[in-house]
Amino acid sequence: MPISFKDERIELAHGSGGLAGRRLIEGLIAPYFQNDLLSKLSDAAVFPVQAGRMAMTADSFVVKPLRFPGGSIGSLAVHGTVNDLAVSGARPLYILANLIIEAGLSVAILQEELAAMAQAASESGVLIVGGDTKVVEHGKADGLYISTAGVGVVEAPRALSAEAVSIGDKVILSGAIGDHGITVLLARGELDLSADIKSDSRSVWPLVKALLEACPQALRWMRDPTRGGVSASLNELAADCGYSIVLEEESLPVDRAVRGACEVLGLDVLHVANEGQFLAIVDAASAEIALAALKSTPGGSRACIVGEVVETKKSPRLLVRTPYGASRVVDMLVGDQLPRIC
Amino acid sequence: MKFVDEFRDPELIKSTVGEIESLMQGRSYRVMEVCGGHTHSIYRFGLEQLLPSSLEFIHGPGCPVCILPMDRVDEGLKLAAQKNVILAAYGDMMRVPGHSGSALELKASGLDIRMVYSPLDALKIAVDNPQSQVVFFAIGFETTAPATALTVLKAQELGLSNFTVFVNHVTVIPPMRAVLDDPDLKIDGFIGPGHVATVIGACAYDEIARDYKKPVVVSGFEPLDILQSLVLLLRQLNNGEARVENQYARVVPWAPNATASTVLAKVFELRPTFEWRGLGAILQSAVKLRAQFSQYDAEVRFAEVLANHRIDLEKDRIERGRGPSTPCGEVLKGLIKPNQCALFGKECRPEKPLGALMVSSEGACAAHFNYAHERID
Repeated sequence: MPISFKDERIELAHGSGGLAGRRLIEGLIAPYFQNDLLSKLSDAAVFPVQAGRMAMTADSFVVKPLRFPGGSIGSLAVHGTVNDLAVSGARPLYILANLIIEAGLSVAILQEELAAMAQAASESGVLIVGGDTKVVEHGKADGLYISTAGVGVVEAPRALSAEAVSIGDKVILSGAIGDHGITVLLARGELDLSADIKSDSRSVWPLVKALLEACPQALRWMRDPTRGGVSASLNELAADCGYSIVLEEESLPVDRAVRGACEVLGLDVLHVANEGQFLAIVDAASAEIALAALKSTPGGSRACIVGEVVETKKSPRLLVRTPYGASRVVDMLVGDQLPRIC
Repeated sequence: MKFVDEFRDPELIKSTVGEIESLMQGRSYRVMEVCGGHTHSIYRFGLEQLLPSSLEFIHGPGCPVCILPMDRVDEGLKLAAQKNVILAAYGDMMRVPGHSGSALELKASGLDIRMVYSPLDALKIAVDNPQSQVVFFAIGFETTAPATALTVLKAQELGLSNFTVFVNHVTVIPPMRAVLDDPDLKIDGFIGPGHVATVIGACAYDEIARDYKKPVVVSGFEPLDILQSLVLLLRQLNNGEARVENQYARVVPWAPNATASTVLAKVFELRPTFEWRGLGAILQSAVKLRAQFSQYDAEVRFAEVLANHRIDLEKDRIERGRGPSTPCGEVLKGLIKPNQCALFGKECRPEKPLGALMVSSEGACAAHFNYAHERID
């Protein structure tokens, strides 16, 4: 007889490993993720491996608020994990999801997040094959934290790394930046500001796959610019490859509302987080082919070439060139970007 | 984007730079931009790279975070450490180092410190938390002072008994005079603070032009604003004139804002003197709440806490001797460039600032560090 879960709130007992815990897992959580690997509910998911290389990643999600326009912690957990695999050149396959639930969380909210995870997994073509559940005391977590691990199989024919990058390579951006960070900032409701924008949270695998098919040998390096934004990703690349990166300010795709919010708050969009974009370094000779492949893939219409890898003058840096000929260094952020008063 | 793109037009920028070049022919000038917002813009948009090196920018004392002495920062943070107190502060204040850490660090260690974008947000926290005492850490020139004043009036209207303000509002003209009175400094003219002039009016700078024979051009904050202001300033300098001109007329009126002035006069009075980081004590350069609003004055409500703190601090100073000093004052007065400070980029960096100039994105040192020049071509 199937176990049913009827409680309205999560309590400490649900994390105890006893009957209440079993009801939570078998009666509430597992049914959202029906698949052969999960249904055994054993200590580990067992799956066959293919010849070749596999990629493995881990991530944690502590977003506040749990829900925001365009996504929620559940969909974010799946997309974030999938994207880490995708930008490693790997087709995402399986996800483990650990839930850390604050006692007192309404079951309805948990159900919404489980459904969001299930939907994001299904859309991204991955299976959630297991996980762990813990309940912590009320006041010890912001409702729900999700920690994940992901496994994928590498389809990129050559190693993607900073060492493969050389002078003259082009920087391709998959679409408009800043949407996620600004959306979450505004969704917190701490700033009396609203805008018609939503998070860009999505799987980037279809776009990466298009790139891998169009120019498998020309792809050098990829990264999803999440926390710290484009600036953090490209500063890390510059430090790792030893060359500087120059972005053309004019060519950076930024939506009007995001740009407006950044201007009002005194934020630099290059530091703002994204959850559905990636940066790719591509050999210059294949850059237009790569761009065309992205543009003809659903969700890739705003992809563009935004800059290039250049020789280093003093130390490897990220630079932005303005349309009137000046340039500025964009460093990594020290902490969070804080709004300015005047 | 309207109101932004037209002031960043590449062709207009290039032609204005050309005009500046011809006005600078064979001459050299030192221009002070007083306001931290202008400092930020100059670096952010790389304007110095476009201009002749004979035109030198001196970054002035107009960043409200940078000029606040560390003792005041400590006092504000001391209030946050009191039982049942919620301290609300602007984002700019969160990373400023006190002797025992910054607001961000103290928040991470468990103090209830919240970042707000407006003093009204702080007031709302007080309404929502009637069991707590909410202190708003008020900083800024005349630009932000009216919002604080209105918030105090609102608190009075609501009859709140759990809301106070730690007032650190300063005025812009006295430090300009202090800088000009310094015999070491040679400044030819000023890019006048723009947003502060929406409150005090462009006419407020008249006394600078009159008493010191220095031209002042009130400027906006976009690249073309600043470049056009330089054109106006250079024309005056070349003609031997010293007037106040208003480049930012789309925002700044000539006369003071009557409503704001009334509110400021109603709520605040001048302090006899106020300590400025790097500049020392300047007479009548800051305000405090008038006596009739003392119930909203954190310095009155927490007088004992602050007095004890000052005694402790003094004892500590005698025991430890003077702490490491930073030459921020010399940078603030434009005597040295940020990167000429021995600590710049070494002991003093944005992630571990020793001086406040390295904290705020409007601080000359942070701006210099973050947007350090490196020409691509």
